[in-house]
Amino acid sequence: MFLPPEIPVKVKVRKLNFYYGKMQALFDNNLDIAENRVTAFIGPSGCGKSTHIRTYNRMYSLYPDHRAEGQVILDGKNVLDDDVDLIDLRTRVGMVFQKPTPFPMSVYDNVAYGIRLKLKLSKSELDEKVEKALEDAALWDEVKDNLHALGTDLSGGQQQRLCIARAIAVEPEVILMDEPCSALDPVATYKIEDLIRRLKQRFTIVIVTHNMQQAARISDYTAFFYMGRTIEFGATDILFTKPEKKETEDYITGRFG
Amino acid sequence: MRARSAAVRKGSNLFALGCSALAALIGLAFLIWIIAEVFYRGIGAINWDFFTKLPAPPGEEGGGLANAILGTMIITALATVLGVSLGVLAGTYLGEFRHTKIADVVRFLSNIFVSAPSIVIGIFVYAVLVVPLGNFSGLAGAISLAIIMLPVITRTTEEMLRLVPTGLRESALALGAPYWHMVWHVVYRSARTGMMTGIILAVARVSGETAPLLFTALNSPYWPTGLLEPMANLTVTIFNYAMSPYEDWQIKAWGGSLIITVIVLLMNIGTRTLVHRMGRSKSGEGH
Amino acid sequence: MRSSGQVSSSSQWRDTLFKASTLGSAIFILCLLAFMVLVLIIYAWPSITKFGLKFLISLEWNPVAGEFGALTTIVGTLVSAALAIIIAVPLAVGVAFFLTEMAPLPLRPIFSTAIELLAAVPSIIYGMWGLFTLAPIMGDYIEPWLEEHFGFIPLFSGPPMGIGMLTAGIVLAIMILPFISSVLRDVFKMTPQVLKESAYGLGATTSEVLWHVVIPYGRRGVVGGVFLGLGRALGETMAVTFVIGNAHELSWSLFAPANTIASTLANEFTEASDDLYLSALVELGLVLFLITFIVLGIAEWWLKKSAPKGKGA
Repeated sequence: MFLPPEIPVKVKVRKLNFYYGKMQALFDNNLDIAENRVTAFIGPSGCGKSTHIRTYNRMYSLYPDHRAEGQVILDGKNVLDDDVDLIDLRTRVGMVFQKPTPFPMSVYDNVAYGIRLKLKLSKSELDEKVEKALEDAALWDEVKDNLHALGTDLSGGQQQRLCIARAIAVEPEVILMDEPCSALDPVATYKIEDLIRRLKQRFTIVIVTHNMQQAARISDYTAFFYMGRTIEFGATDILFTKPEKKETEDYITGRFG
Repeated sequence: MRARSAAVRKGSNLFALGCSALAALIGLAFLIWIIAEVFYRGIGAINWDFFTKLPAPPGEEGGGLANAILGTMIITALATVLGVSLGVLAGTYLGEFRHTKIADVVRFLSNIFVSAPSIVIGIFVYAVLVVPLGNFSGLAGAISLAIIMLPVITRTTEEMLRLVPTGLRESALALGAPYWHMVWHVVYRSARTGMMTGIILAVARVSGETAPLLFTALNSPYWPTGLLEPMANLTVTIFNYAMSPYEDWQIKAWGGSLIITVIVLLMNIGTRTLVHRMGRSKSGEGH
Repeated sequence: MRSSGQVSSSSQWRDTLFKASTLGSAIFILCLLAFMVLVLIIYAWPSITKFGLKFLISLEWNPVAGEFGALTTIVGTLVSAALAIIIAVPLAVGVAFFLTEMAPLPLRPIFSTAIELLAAVPSIIYGMWGLFTLAPIMGDYIEPWLEEHFGFIPLFSGPPMGIGMLTAGIVLAIMILPFISSVLRDVFKMTPQVLKESAYGLGATTSEVLWHVVIPYGRRGVVGGVFLGLGRALGETMAVTFVIGNAHELSWSLFAPANTIASTLANEFTEASDDLYLSALVELGLVLFLITFIVLGIAEWWLKKSAPKGKGA
C-alpha cells in the first residue's frame, strides 16, 4: 500500500473509513499517491473507488449524512480535520467528473470561473491564463476563434477537455479524475489520455477507471479496490503482470467485474 | 364460455374513439367560443379614450378605464416583487435542501395552497391590513396577490432547480466556489429560463384574479393616489360594471375582459416560445 | 493560487446569510399559513360562539335578524362542484385520450397548447361569458327543453331562468376541464410503452388498452387529478358568482338560483353592516377553507403515495 521512501508522496491515506449514513462504504483504506505521477484506481463497480477520491477534496461534505474518518494527508495536513478551509482545499485539489459538466456560460467564462473566484486580474492577465489553460488542455486551437460560444454547444469530447481546462486554470496541485472518458468515444478518449500523460509533469493525477487497458496505458501506479478495501497497490507494470493477491489476479484476468 | 364478438369490440372501440374525439372538439370549441366572444363584445369598447380617460359618472356614456389599467399594473408589479423575492428564496431552500423535515412540510402545504380559494386569502388580508389601517388599500391588494403567487413560485423554482444536474453543482464547488456563489452563478443561471417561465405564468394568473381584490384594494373611480388608498383595478371594475344595469358599463366590462385576456394569453404564449428557444439552443450533442 | 490555508471568513458569512435567508423564507410560508388560520378563527369567533355547531346545519340566513346558517351555501358549494366534476371528468378523459393516443402527431402540440391556454383564461372571463352568453342560451333554449322532456325529475322542474345552479355547474365544468385534462394527459403519458405494447400484442383495441391498462396503471394519478380539480371547483369564486343567482335557498331544481360560500362572500362581504354579520361571513370562509384544505390535502397525500411505478409487480 505504500511507496518506497525515495519516491515523493503528495497524498498519504491512512486508515480511511467512510460511511453513507449507517452504511460503511470504505474500510481502512491505506495508500500513497506519488507526486507528479498518474495513479489509477481500478476495481469492479461499486467497490468504493469514486467514494475514496471524493474524500480528497471533501466533496462529500455537501451531503449531511456522509462521514469520513481517518487521515487523508496533503502536504502534512489531514484534510479531513474540521478546521480545514474547504474553499482553499478545493483550489489545491481539482476534480473532473465522469459526465462533462460545462457551465451555462461561454467557453471563456467557464475557464475563467475558478480564477475569478480567487484573483482580481486585469483583462489581459485573465486572457493569458485562459489561453494557457485551454492550450494545456489541448482545446485552444478548436475554440480560439469563438471563445464566446456557449460551453454547452461543444461536442462531448471538447466539453470534457473544457472541464479539464477549467480545473487546470486554478493551478491545483492534485487533479482527481472520476472515469473522465467513460462518456466519450475512442477518438476523444485518445486525446484525453494523451493530455493526461503531458499533464503529469506539472500535476499529481489520480484517475478512477473501470477500463484496465486505460490504466495500463497511462498510469505509473495502480491501486486495486474491492468491496471498499484497498486490496493491492504498486507500480502499474508489476501489478498487471505479477499481481500478489488472488482477488487482483482474478479481476485483471476478467474472472469477475 | 362465449367469445366476445370481434365486431362488438371493434364497434365499441370506434364508439370510444369517436367520443374522445368529440370531447376534444368540445374542449377546443369552448376555447374558441369564449375567446371569440371576448373579442367580439370587447372590441367595441376599445378606443383611445379607454386607455386614457377616467370613468364617467354612472349612467353617462364615455370615459375610459385608464385608472383601472394603471392600478392593475401597480398592484401586480408590487405583488410580483414581493412574491418573487420570497418565493425564489423559499423554492431554493426546497430545491437545495430537499430532504429536511421542514422542506417536506413546506412542499406539502405549498402544493395545497396553489389551488386554495383566493377569496379566503382576501379575507385574511382584509383582517390584518384593511381593518387596522382603517381603509382599503392598494397595498393590501398587492399583498393578497403576493400571497397567492408565493406557493406557485416556490414550487416552480424548486422543480426547475431540481432539474439542474448535481455534477454541475459539484464542479463549481470543486473549483473552490463558496456555496452561495455556486447557487447564484451556476444553478440559477442553469435554471434561469424555467424559473422565468414559472414567474411569468404566476404573474399571468394573478393579473386576472378578482376575488382577493374585492375587499383589499376595493376599487376607485379616480387615479391611483397612493398605496394606502383604495386603488382602481381592472378585475374588480369588470365585476362591478358587469353586474350594473348600465349598458355602457357592461360594454366597458367586456373591454376590460378583452385587455386582460389578451395580456394573459400573450404571457402564456410568450413563455412557450421562451421554452422552445431554450430547448433548441441546448443542442451540441456530439461525439 | 497556491496560497496558504487561511480561512476565508468573508465567504463564510455570506454562505450563512444565504442559507439562512432561504430557510427563513420557507419558514415564513409556514408561519403565514398558520397565522392565516388563526386570524380567520379570531374573526369568526363571535359567530362560532353564538351559533356553535348549529351553524353548519341551519338554513337561516337573515342578516336583519342576526340569524346565520351555513347549510344553503355549503350545499350550494358541494352541488356546484359535484356538477362540474360529473361533467368535466368524462370530457377530460376523452380529451386526454385524444391527446395521447389519437391525435396525429403534428397536431398534438397545438391541441396541448390550446388546452393549456384555456386553463390560463382568468375565471372572471368565464363568469362574464357565463352571464352574458351562456345564461341567455340556457334560459331561452336549453332549460326549457330539459323541462319539457325531463321535467318529471325534480332536478329539471321549476322556472327556467338561465341563472342558477345548472348554469353555474356548467361554467365551472368548462373552467376545470383544461386543468383535469392536463393532469390526465400527463398521467396517461407516463404509462410505459412496453405495457401498452404487451396489450396491443394480445390483440386489444385502443380503447381497451386505455380502459384496462392505461387508466388502472395511472389510477392514482387519475384520482389525484380529479380531487385537485374538485378542490379548485369548490373554491372558485368569480366564475360562479356571475351566474348562480345569489339566493339563500335550497331547491331540488337545478334551474333555481342558489349560492355557494364563495359567491356569498363575494356578494355580501363589503355590505356586512355589523360585526356579527361579518363574523358569520368569516366563519363561512373558514368552513370553505377547511373543506378545500381537506380535499386538496387528500389529493396531495394520495398523489405522494403513488410511487413512479403504478401497481406493484
